[in-house]
Amino acid sequence: MPDDVSALHLVLSGDAALFAIVRLSLYVSLSAVLLAAMIGIPFGAFLALTRFPGRQGVIVGLNALMGLPPVVVGLAVYLALSRSGPLGSFGLLFTPRAMIIAQTILVAPIIAALARQTIEDLWIEYRDELTAMNIGPLGRVATLVWDARFSLVTALLAGFGRAAAEVGAIIIVGGNIEGFTRTMTTAIALETSKGDLPLAVGLGMVLIAIVIAVNALAWTARRAGERWAG
Amino acid sequence: MKMLTRRLLMAVTATLVFGGSASAQEKSILVASTTSTQDSGLFGHILPMFKARTGIDVKVVAQGTGQALDTARRGDADVVFVHARAAEEKFLAGGFGVKRYPVMYNDFILVGPKGDPAGIKGSKDITAALVAIKAKGADFISRGDKSGTHQAELNLWKLAGIDIARDKGPWYKEIGQGMGAALNTASAANAYVLADRGTWLSFKNRGELMIAVEGDKRLFNQYGVMLVNPEKHPSVKKDFGQQFIDWLVSEGQRAIADYKVNGEQLFYPNAGDSGA
Repeated sequence: MPDDVSALHLVLSGDAALFAIVRLSLYVSLSAVLLAAMIGIPFGAFLALTRFPGRQGVIVGLNALMGLPPVVVGLAVYLALSRSGPLGSFGLLFTPRAMIIAQTILVAPIIAALARQTIEDLWIEYRDELTAMNIGPLGRVATLVWDARFSLVTALLAGFGRAAAEVGAIIIVGGNIEGFTRTMTTAIALETSKGDLPLAVGLGMVLIAIVIAVNALAWTARRAGERWAG
Repeated sequence: MKMLTRRLLMAVTATLVFGGSASAQEKSILVASTTSTQDSGLFGHILPMFKARTGIDVKVVAQGTGQALDTARRGDADVVFVHARAAEEKFLAGGFGVKRYPVMYNDFILVGPKGDPAGIKGSKDITAALVAIKAKGADFISRGDKSGTHQAELNLWKLAGIDIARDKGPWYKEIGQGMGAALNTASAANAYVLADRGTWLSFKNRGELMIAVEGDKRLFNQYGVMLVNPEKHPSVKKDFGQQFIDWLVSEGQRAIADYKVNGEQLFYPNAGDSGA
Protein backbone atom coordinates (compact mmCIF):
# COMPACT_ATOMS: atom_id res chain seq x y z
CA MET A 1 0.00 0.00 0.00
CA PRO A 2 2.75 2.57 0.62
CA ASP A 3 3.46 2.48 -3.12
CA ASP A 4 -0.11 3.42 -3.91
CA VAL A 5 0.01 6.32 -1.52
CA SER A 6 3.22 7.67 -3.03
CA ALA A 7 1.79 7.26 -6.53
CA LEU A 8 -1.28 9.31 -5.67
CA HIS A 9 0.90 11.77 -3.85
CA LEU A 10 2.97 12.19 -7.01
CA VAL A 11 -0.14 13.14 -8.96
CA LEU A 12 -1.50 15.48 -6.33
CA SER A 13 1.74 17.25 -5.53
CA GLY A 14 2.27 18.00 -9.23
CA ASP A 15 5.95 17.13 -9.51
CA ALA A 16 8.22 18.29 -12.33
CA ALA A 17 7.99 15.09 -14.40
CA LEU A 18 4.21 15.18 -14.32
CA PHE A 19 4.25 18.86 -15.25
CA ALA A 20 6.48 18.11 -18.25
CA ILE A 21 4.09 15.36 -19.38
CA VAL A 22 1.10 17.68 -19.09
CA ARG A 23 2.94 20.41 -20.98
CA LEU A 24 3.90 18.06 -23.80
CA SER A 25 0.33 16.74 -24.06
CA LEU A 26 -1.02 20.27 -24.39
CA TYR A 27 1.74 21.31 -26.80
CA VAL A 28 1.14 18.35 -29.12
CA SER A 29 -2.65 18.45 -29.08
CA LEU A 30 -3.01 22.25 -29.32
CA SER A 31 -0.44 22.42 -32.15
CA ALA A 32 -2.33 19.69 -33.98
CA VAL A 33 -5.63 21.56 -33.54
CA LEU A 34 -4.06 24.80 -34.79
CA LEU A 35 -2.57 23.14 -37.88
CA ALA A 36 -5.77 21.18 -38.49
CA ALA A 37 -7.78 24.43 -38.27
CA MET A 38 -5.51 26.05 -40.85
CA ILE A 39 -6.28 23.17 -43.20
CA GLY A 40 -9.81 22.26 -42.13
CA ILE A 41 -11.57 25.63 -41.97
CA PRO A 42 -10.58 26.82 -45.48
CA PHE A 43 -11.35 23.38 -46.88
CA GLY A 44 -14.71 23.25 -45.09
CA ALA A 45 -15.56 26.75 -46.34
CA PHE A 46 -14.60 25.80 -49.88
CA LEU A 47 -16.87 22.75 -49.73
CA ALA A 48 -19.70 24.81 -48.28
CA LEU A 49 -19.65 27.48 -50.98
CA THR A 50 -18.83 25.61 -54.16
CA ARG A 51 -20.84 23.18 -56.21
CA PHE A 52 -19.06 20.63 -58.36
CA PRO A 53 -19.72 17.09 -59.56
CA GLY A 54 -18.88 14.56 -56.87
CA ARG A 55 -19.29 17.10 -54.06
CA GLN A 56 -21.76 14.89 -52.18
CA GLY A 57 -19.25 12.07 -52.33
CA VAL A 58 -16.50 14.32 -50.92
CA ILE A 59 -18.78 15.37 -48.05
CA VAL A 60 -19.67 11.76 -47.21
CA GLY A 61 -15.98 10.86 -47.40
CA LEU A 62 -15.01 13.77 -45.17
CA ASN A 63 -17.66 12.87 -42.61
CA ALA A 64 -16.45 9.28 -42.64
CA LEU A 65 -12.86 10.43 -42.04
CA MET A 66 -14.00 11.83 -38.68
CA GLY A 67 -13.95 8.20 -37.59
CA LEU A 68 -10.39 7.48 -38.76
CA PRO A 69 -8.93 4.87 -36.38
CA PRO A 70 -5.95 6.48 -34.58
CA VAL A 71 -3.96 3.27 -34.69
CA VAL A 72 -4.24 3.11 -38.50
CA VAL A 73 -3.17 6.76 -38.84
CA GLY A 74 -0.31 6.05 -36.44
CA LEU A 75 0.84 3.10 -38.51
CA ALA A 76 0.64 5.06 -41.79
CA VAL A 77 2.59 7.99 -40.33
CA TYR A 78 5.09 5.54 -38.81
CA LEU A 79 5.75 3.91 -42.18
CA ALA A 80 6.04 7.30 -43.89
CA LEU A 81 8.43 8.81 -41.31
CA SER A 82 10.54 5.69 -40.71
CA ARG A 83 14.15 5.90 -41.92
CA SER A 84 13.18 3.29 -44.48
CA GLY A 85 10.06 5.25 -45.50
CA PRO A 86 9.61 8.06 -48.04
CA LEU A 87 10.09 10.86 -45.47
CA GLY A 88 12.76 9.06 -43.45
CA SER A 89 15.55 11.53 -44.16
CA PHE A 90 13.85 14.17 -42.00
CA GLY A 91 14.44 12.02 -38.91
CA LEU A 92 11.01 12.84 -37.50
CA LEU A 93 10.01 9.44 -36.14
CA PHE A 94 9.89 9.18 -32.33
CA THR A 95 9.74 12.98 -31.90
CA PRO A 96 6.92 15.28 -30.73
CA ARG A 97 6.65 16.57 -34.28
CA ALA A 98 5.71 13.12 -35.54
CA MET A 99 2.95 13.10 -32.91
CA ILE A 100 1.70 16.51 -34.08
CA ILE A 101 1.59 15.29 -37.68
CA ALA A 102 -0.41 12.18 -36.73
CA GLN A 103 -2.88 14.13 -34.61
CA THR A 104 -3.27 16.81 -37.30
CA ILE A 105 -4.36 14.07 -39.71
CA LEU A 106 -6.86 12.82 -37.13
CA VAL A 107 -8.25 16.25 -36.25
CA ALA A 108 -8.36 17.99 -39.66
CA PRO A 109 -11.34 15.99 -40.99
CA ILE A 110 -13.34 16.73 -37.83
CA ILE A 111 -12.74 20.47 -38.09
CA ALA A 112 -13.32 20.47 -41.86
CA ALA A 113 -16.58 18.52 -41.63
CA LEU A 114 -18.00 20.62 -38.79
CA ALA A 115 -16.83 23.87 -40.41
CA ARG A 116 -18.46 22.80 -43.68
CA GLN A 117 -21.78 22.25 -41.94
CA THR A 118 -21.64 25.48 -39.93
CA ILE A 119 -20.61 27.66 -42.87
CA GLU A 120 -23.11 26.07 -45.23
CA ASP A 121 -25.96 26.77 -42.80
CA LEU A 122 -24.82 30.37 -42.55
CA TRP A 123 -24.42 30.61 -46.33
CA ILE A 124 -28.05 29.63 -46.86
CA GLU A 125 -29.00 32.44 -44.51
CA TYR A 126 -26.70 35.10 -46.04
CA ARG A 127 -26.74 33.99 -49.65
CA ASP A 128 -29.04 36.68 -51.12
CA GLU A 129 -27.40 39.45 -49.14
CA LEU A 130 -23.85 38.51 -50.13
CA THR A 131 -24.86 37.98 -53.76
CA ALA A 132 -26.63 41.34 -53.86
CA MET A 133 -23.59 43.08 -52.38
CA ASN A 134 -21.54 41.59 -55.20
CA ILE A 135 -18.83 40.19 -52.92
CA GLY A 136 -16.26 37.87 -54.53
CA PRO A 137 -15.65 34.27 -53.45
CA LEU A 138 -12.74 35.07 -51.11
CA GLY A 139 -14.69 37.88 -49.50
CA ARG A 140 -17.62 35.53 -48.99
CA VAL A 141 -15.44 32.96 -47.28
CA ALA A 142 -13.89 35.62 -45.05
CA THR A 143 -17.29 37.08 -44.12
CA LEU A 144 -18.82 33.69 -43.38
CA VAL A 145 -15.85 32.37 -41.39
CA TRP A 146 -15.78 35.60 -39.39
CA ASP A 147 -19.51 35.40 -38.69
CA ALA A 148 -19.31 31.73 -37.82
CA ARG A 149 -16.26 32.19 -35.56
CA PHE A 150 -18.08 31.48 -32.32
CA SER A 151 -19.65 28.30 -33.67
CA LEU A 152 -16.30 27.26 -35.10
CA VAL A 153 -14.88 27.25 -31.57
CA THR A 154 -17.02 24.18 -30.95
CA ALA A 155 -15.46 22.51 -33.98
CA LEU A 156 -11.99 23.29 -32.61
CA LEU A 157 -12.96 21.88 -29.21
CA ALA A 158 -14.27 18.70 -30.82
CA GLY A 159 -10.91 18.40 -32.54
CA PHE A 160 -9.03 19.06 -29.32
CA GLY A 161 -11.10 16.43 -27.53
CA ARG A 162 -10.17 13.89 -30.16
CA ALA A 163 -6.47 14.81 -29.98
CA ALA A 164 -6.20 14.91 -26.19
CA ALA A 165 -7.99 11.58 -25.78
CA GLU A 166 -6.19 9.42 -28.33
CA VAL A 167 -3.30 7.13 -27.55
CA GLY A 168 -3.23 4.77 -30.52
CA ALA A 169 -1.46 7.07 -32.98
CA ILE A 170 1.00 8.90 -30.75
CA ILE A 171 2.25 5.81 -28.95
CA ILE A 172 3.27 4.33 -32.33
CA VAL A 173 4.89 7.43 -33.86
CA GLY A 174 6.20 8.92 -30.61
CA GLY A 175 7.43 5.74 -28.95
CA ASN A 176 6.39 6.85 -25.44
CA ILE A 177 9.97 7.94 -24.61
CA GLU A 178 10.32 9.15 -21.05
CA GLY A 179 10.91 12.89 -20.80
CA PHE A 180 10.62 13.33 -24.58
CA THR A 181 7.47 11.88 -26.15
CA ARG A 182 5.54 10.66 -23.12
CA THR A 183 2.11 12.29 -22.88
CA MET A 184 -0.77 11.87 -20.48
CA THR A 185 -2.45 9.11 -22.51
CA THR A 186 0.73 7.13 -23.20
CA ALA A 187 1.76 7.46 -19.53
CA ILE A 188 -1.63 6.05 -18.52
CA ALA A 189 -1.16 3.12 -20.92
CA LEU A 190 2.31 2.49 -19.48
CA GLU A 191 1.29 2.62 -15.83
CA THR A 192 -1.63 0.29 -16.56
CA SER A 193 0.77 -2.20 -18.14
CA LYS A 194 3.00 -1.96 -15.08
CA GLY A 195 0.01 -2.87 -12.95
CA ASP A 196 0.18 0.48 -11.14
CA LEU A 197 -3.55 1.07 -11.44
CA PRO A 198 -3.83 3.80 -8.75
CA LEU A 199 -1.25 5.95 -10.56
CA ALA A 200 -2.96 5.26 -13.92
CA VAL A 201 -6.31 6.33 -12.48
CA GLY A 202 -4.72 9.41 -10.90
CA LEU A 203 -3.20 10.43 -14.24
CA GLY A 204 -6.56 9.80 -15.91
CA MET A 205 -8.25 12.19 -13.50
CA VAL A 206 -5.61 14.83 -14.18
CA LEU A 207 -6.19 14.42 -17.94
CA ILE A 208 -9.95 14.81 -17.55
CA ALA A 209 -9.41 17.92 -15.41
CA ILE A 210 -7.16 19.42 -18.10
CA VAL A 211 -9.72 18.75 -20.84
CA ILE A 212 -12.41 20.39 -18.71
CA ALA A 213 -10.13 23.37 -18.04
CA VAL A 214 -9.38 23.88 -21.75
CA ASN A 215 -13.09 23.70 -22.56
CA ALA A 216 -13.95 26.14 -19.77
CA LEU A 217 -11.31 28.54 -21.06
CA ALA A 218 -12.62 28.32 -24.61
CA TRP A 219 -16.17 28.83 -23.37
CA THR A 220 -15.18 31.90 -21.35
CA ALA A 221 -13.27 33.31 -24.32
CA ARG A 222 -16.26 32.71 -26.55
CA ARG A 223 -18.67 34.41 -24.12
CA ALA A 224 -16.34 37.38 -23.71
CA GLY A 225 -15.92 37.60 -27.47
CA GLU A 226 -19.66 37.50 -28.08
CA ARG A 227 -20.26 40.24 -25.55
CA TRP A 228 -17.49 42.34 -27.05
CA ALA A 229 -18.82 41.78 -30.58
CA GLY A 230 -22.30 42.70 -29.35
CA MET B 1 -6.32 38.31 -30.15
CA LYS B 2 -5.12 38.47 -33.76
CA MET B 3 -1.62 39.21 -32.55
CA LEU B 4 -1.71 36.24 -30.23
CA THR B 5 -2.97 33.92 -32.96
CA ARG B 6 -0.26 35.10 -35.32
CA ARG B 7 2.43 34.55 -32.71
CA LEU B 8 1.14 31.08 -31.91
CA LEU B 9 1.09 30.24 -35.61
CA MET B 10 4.66 31.42 -36.00
CA ALA B 11 5.79 29.50 -32.94
CA VAL B 12 4.23 26.27 -34.16
CA THR B 13 5.55 26.67 -37.70
CA ALA B 14 9.01 27.51 -36.39
CA THR B 15 9.11 24.44 -34.15
CA LEU B 16 7.89 22.24 -36.96
CA VAL B 17 10.41 23.54 -39.47
CA PHE B 18 13.47 24.29 -37.39
CA GLY B 19 12.98 22.15 -34.27
CA GLY B 20 14.99 19.34 -35.86
CA SER B 21 18.29 21.16 -36.08
CA ALA B 22 18.37 21.76 -32.34
CA SER B 23 17.70 18.11 -31.48
CA ALA B 24 20.34 16.93 -33.97
CA GLN B 25 23.05 18.82 -32.10
CA GLU B 26 22.08 17.54 -28.68
CA LYS B 27 23.90 14.38 -27.60
CA SER B 28 21.31 11.65 -27.64
CA ILE B 29 20.74 8.15 -28.95
CA LEU B 30 17.62 6.11 -29.47
CA VAL B 31 17.58 2.61 -28.02
CA ALA B 32 14.94 0.09 -29.09
CA SER B 33 14.45 -2.21 -26.14
CA THR B 34 11.95 -4.48 -24.51
CA THR B 35 9.03 -3.83 -22.23
CA SER B 36 10.69 -5.94 -19.53
CA THR B 37 13.72 -3.64 -19.17
CA GLN B 38 11.49 -0.57 -18.97
CA ASP B 39 8.60 -1.95 -16.89
CA SER B 40 11.04 -3.38 -14.35
CA GLY B 41 12.49 0.10 -13.79
CA LEU B 42 16.05 -0.88 -14.79
CA PHE B 43 16.50 1.94 -17.28
CA GLY B 44 15.25 4.50 -14.78
CA HIS B 45 18.08 3.31 -12.52
CA ILE B 46 21.04 3.05 -14.93
CA LEU B 47 20.43 5.73 -17.58
CA PRO B 48 20.94 8.74 -15.27
CA MET B 49 24.35 7.26 -14.32
CA PHE B 50 25.32 6.92 -17.98
CA LYS B 51 24.19 10.47 -18.69
CA ALA B 52 26.15 11.84 -15.74
CA ARG B 53 29.24 10.08 -17.04
CA THR B 54 29.00 10.93 -20.76
CA GLY B 55 26.39 13.65 -21.18
CA ILE B 56 24.53 11.42 -23.65
CA ASP B 57 20.78 11.30 -23.35
CA VAL B 58 19.39 7.81 -23.97
CA LYS B 59 15.85 7.73 -25.37
CA VAL B 60 14.26 4.34 -24.92
CA VAL B 61 11.43 3.02 -27.05
CA ALA B 62 10.16 -0.04 -25.19
CA GLN B 63 8.67 -2.69 -27.47
CA GLY B 64 8.59 -6.46 -27.62
CA THR B 65 11.86 -7.99 -28.84
CA GLY B 66 10.38 -8.76 -32.28
CA GLN B 67 9.17 -5.20 -32.78
CA ALA B 68 12.36 -3.69 -31.34
CA LEU B 69 14.46 -5.64 -33.83
CA ASP B 70 12.14 -4.52 -36.62
CA THR B 71 12.45 -0.88 -35.53
CA ALA B 72 16.24 -1.27 -35.67
CA ARG B 73 16.08 -3.08 -39.01
CA ARG B 74 14.25 -0.08 -40.48
CA GLY B 75 17.00 2.21 -39.18
CA ASP B 76 14.79 3.93 -36.63
CA ALA B 77 17.07 3.18 -33.66
CA ASP B 78 20.80 3.47 -32.99
CA VAL B 79 21.11 0.59 -30.52
CA VAL B 80 18.95 -2.46 -29.88
CA PHE B 81 18.85 -4.08 -26.43
CA VAL B 82 16.74 -7.24 -26.34
CA HIS B 83 16.50 -10.82 -25.12
CA ALA B 84 16.03 -13.50 -27.78
CA ARG B 85 19.38 -14.83 -28.86
CA ALA B 86 18.20 -16.73 -31.93
CA ALA B 87 16.38 -13.64 -33.26
CA GLU B 88 19.39 -11.45 -32.45
CA GLU B 89 21.71 -13.74 -34.37
CA LYS B 90 19.37 -13.68 -37.35
CA PHE B 91 19.42 -9.86 -37.15
CA LEU B 92 23.25 -9.95 -37.21
CA ALA B 93 23.34 -12.46 -40.04
CA GLY B 94 21.16 -10.12 -42.09
CA GLY B 95 23.83 -7.45 -41.72
CA PHE B 96 21.57 -5.16 -39.66
CA GLY B 97 23.73 -5.18 -36.56
CA VAL B 98 27.47 -4.77 -36.03
CA LYS B 99 28.21 -7.10 -33.12
CA ARG B 100 26.25 -8.69 -30.28
CA TYR B 101 27.45 -8.22 -26.71
CA PRO B 102 25.98 -10.26 -23.84
CA VAL B 103 25.00 -7.86 -21.03
CA MET B 104 23.03 -9.55 -18.27
CA TYR B 105 20.51 -12.25 -17.50
CA ASN B 106 17.57 -12.90 -15.29
CA ASP B 107 15.12 -15.75 -15.45
CA PHE B 108 11.60 -16.52 -16.46
CA ILE B 109 9.09 -17.77 -13.95
CA LEU B 110 5.75 -19.46 -14.41
CA VAL B 111 3.17 -17.45 -12.53
CA GLY B 112 -0.23 -18.87 -11.63
CA PRO B 113 -3.27 -18.53 -9.36
CA LYS B 114 -3.05 -19.49 -5.67
CA GLY B 115 -5.71 -22.17 -6.29
CA ASP B 116 -3.18 -23.93 -8.59
CA PRO B 117 -5.66 -25.87 -10.81
CA ALA B 118 -2.81 -27.68 -12.61
CA GLY B 119 -1.21 -28.81 -9.34
CA ILE B 120 2.30 -27.64 -10.25
CA LYS B 121 3.12 -25.26 -7.40
CA GLY B 122 6.70 -25.57 -6.16
CA SER B 123 7.84 -27.65 -9.14
CA LYS B 124 11.26 -27.02 -10.67
CA ASP B 125 10.41 -28.81 -13.92
CA ILE B 126 8.94 -26.34 -16.40
CA THR B 127 8.16 -28.87 -19.14
CA ALA B 128 6.30 -31.20 -16.75
CA ALA B 129 4.35 -28.16 -15.53
CA LEU B 130 3.35 -27.21 -19.08
CA VAL B 131 2.27 -30.79 -19.79
CA ALA B 132 0.09 -30.68 -16.64
CA ILE B 133 -1.45 -27.33 -17.65
CA LYS B 134 -2.39 -28.71 -21.05
CA ALA B 135 -3.71 -32.00 -19.58
CA LYS B 136 -5.93 -30.14 -17.10
CA GLY B 137 -6.88 -27.46 -19.63
CA ALA B 138 -5.97 -24.81 -17.06
CA ASP B 139 -6.20 -21.24 -18.39
CA PHE B 140 -2.90 -20.00 -19.79
CA ILE B 141 -2.14 -16.48 -21.07
CA SER B 142 0.36 -16.21 -23.91
CA ARG B 143 1.97 -12.91 -24.90
CA GLY B 144 1.42 -13.79 -28.55
CA ASP B 145 3.44 -10.76 -29.68
CA LYS B 146 6.75 -12.26 -30.93
CA SER B 147 8.51 -10.74 -27.93
CA GLY B 148 11.51 -12.43 -26.32
CA THR B 149 9.27 -13.85 -23.62
CA HIS B 150 6.81 -15.15 -26.21
CA GLN B 151 9.61 -16.82 -28.16
CA ALA B 152 10.92 -18.37 -24.94
CA GLU B 153 7.42 -19.65 -24.15
CA LEU B 154 7.02 -21.23 -27.59
CA ASN B 155 10.40 -22.88 -27.19
CA LEU B 156 9.38 -24.33 -23.80
CA TRP B 157 6.20 -25.87 -25.27
CA LYS B 158 8.40 -27.46 -27.92
CA LEU B 159 10.76 -28.82 -25.24
CA ALA B 160 7.70 -30.25 -23.46
CA GLY B 161 6.85 -32.15 -26.64
CA ILE B 162 3.71 -30.14 -27.29
CA ASP B 163 2.92 -28.60 -30.69
CA ILE B 164 1.09 -25.63 -29.22
CA ALA B 165 -0.01 -24.24 -32.60
CA ARG B 166 -1.88 -27.51 -33.22
CA ASP B 167 -2.83 -28.53 -29.66
CA LYS B 168 -4.01 -25.25 -28.20
CA GLY B 169 -7.55 -25.21 -26.93
CA PRO B 170 -9.83 -22.53 -25.52
CA TRP B 171 -7.68 -22.58 -22.36
CA TYR B 172 -4.75 -21.06 -24.28
CA LYS B 173 -5.29 -17.35 -24.84
CA GLU B 174 -2.95 -15.24 -26.98
CA ILE B 175 -3.39 -11.59 -26.08
CA GLY B 176 -0.79 -9.97 -28.35
CA GLN B 177 0.36 -7.46 -25.73
CA GLY B 178 3.26 -6.59 -23.45
CA MET B 179 4.38 -8.31 -20.25
CA GLY B 180 2.46 -6.02 -17.92
CA ALA B 181 -0.75 -6.42 -19.89
CA ALA B 182 -0.32 -10.21 -19.86
CA LEU B 183 0.12 -10.17 -16.06
CA ASN B 184 -2.94 -7.93 -15.70
CA THR B 185 -4.95 -10.38 -17.81
CA ALA B 186 -3.69 -13.41 -15.88
CA SER B 187 -4.47 -11.63 -12.62
CA ALA B 188 -8.03 -10.92 -13.72
CA ALA B 189 -8.61 -14.39 -15.22
CA ASN B 190 -6.69 -16.41 -12.59
CA ALA B 191 -4.60 -17.97 -15.32
CA TYR B 192 -1.01 -19.17 -15.68
CA VAL B 193 1.48 -16.97 -17.55
CA LEU B 194 5.19 -17.06 -18.29
CA ALA B 195 6.84 -13.85 -17.07
CA ASP B 196 10.32 -12.43 -16.68
CA ARG B 197 11.23 -12.09 -13.03
CA GLY B 198 12.07 -8.39 -13.31
CA THR B 199 8.63 -7.35 -14.48
CA TRP B 200 6.98 -9.68 -11.94
CA LEU B 201 8.93 -8.20 -9.02
CA SER B 202 7.96 -4.65 -9.87
CA PHE B 203 4.39 -5.56 -10.91
CA LYS B 204 1.83 -4.15 -8.54
CA ASN B 205 -1.53 -5.64 -9.53
CA ARG B 206 -0.85 -9.28 -8.57
CA GLY B 207 -4.25 -10.20 -7.13
CA GLU B 208 -4.28 -13.99 -6.53
CA LEU B 209 -1.13 -14.63 -8.58
CA MET B 210 2.01 -16.24 -7.19
CA ILE B 211 5.10 -17.96 -8.55
CA ALA B 212 4.28 -21.57 -9.48
CA VAL B 213 7.49 -22.75 -11.14
CA GLU B 214 11.01 -21.30 -10.90
CA GLY B 215 14.62 -22.40 -10.82
CA ASP B 216 14.65 -24.60 -13.93
CA LYS B 217 17.81 -24.03 -15.97
CA ARG B 218 15.71 -23.84 -19.11
CA LEU B 219 14.10 -20.66 -17.77
CA PHE B 220 17.32 -18.70 -18.22
CA ASN B 221 16.80 -15.30 -19.93
CA GLN B 222 19.83 -13.65 -21.56
CA TYR B 223 19.92 -10.02 -22.71
CA GLY B 224 22.17 -8.79 -25.49
CA VAL B 225 22.95 -5.40 -26.99
CA MET B 226 23.91 -4.46 -30.57
CA LEU B 227 24.77 -1.32 -32.50
CA VAL B 228 22.62 -0.94 -35.61
CA ASN B 229 24.85 -1.21 -38.68
CA PRO B 230 25.77 2.32 -39.83
CA GLU B 231 26.66 0.92 -43.24
CA LYS B 232 23.00 -0.01 -43.76
CA HIS B 233 21.66 3.13 -42.11
CA PRO B 234 24.03 6.14 -42.22
CA SER B 235 21.73 8.01 -39.80
CA VAL B 236 22.87 5.72 -36.96
CA LYS B 237 24.82 7.66 -34.30
CA LYS B 238 27.57 5.09 -34.12
CA ASP B 239 29.95 6.89 -31.74
CA PHE B 240 27.37 7.67 -29.07
CA GLY B 241 25.77 4.26 -29.56
CA GLN B 242 29.07 2.43 -29.15
CA GLN B 243 29.84 4.53 -26.07
CA PHE B 244 26.59 3.31 -24.52
CA ILE B 245 27.39 -0.32 -25.35
CA ASP B 246 30.95 0.02 -24.00
CA TRP B 247 29.58 1.48 -20.77
CA LEU B 248 26.94 -1.26 -20.40
CA VAL B 249 29.55 -4.03 -20.61
CA SER B 250 32.05 -2.30 -18.29
CA GLU B 251 31.10 0.22 -15.61
CA GLY B 252 27.38 -0.32 -16.23
CA GLN B 253 27.67 -3.94 -15.07
CA ARG B 254 27.96 -2.71 -11.50
CA ALA B 255 24.97 -0.41 -11.91
CA ILE B 256 22.89 -3.33 -13.23
CA ALA B 257 23.87 -5.54 -10.27
CA ASP B 258 22.98 -2.75 -7.85
CA TYR B 259 19.43 -2.40 -9.08
CA LYS B 260 17.03 -3.91 -6.56
CA VAL B 261 13.28 -3.90 -6.07
CA ASN B 262 12.14 -4.63 -2.51
CA GLY B 263 15.66 -5.82 -1.72
CA GLU B 264 15.73 -8.35 -4.57
CA GLN B 265 18.26 -8.12 -7.37
CA LEU B 266 16.50 -8.17 -10.76
CA PHE B 267 19.28 -8.64 -13.29
CA TYR B 268 22.67 -10.37 -13.13
CA PRO B 269 25.45 -8.82 -15.23
CA ASN B 270 27.44 -11.30 -17.31
CA ALA B 271 29.20 -9.32 -20.04
CA GLY B 272 32.38 -11.31 -19.33
CA ASP B 273 30.70 -14.58 -20.36
CA SER B 274 31.46 -14.64 -24.07
CA GLY B 275 29.30 -17.72 -24.63
CA ALA B 276 26.13 -16.07 -23.27
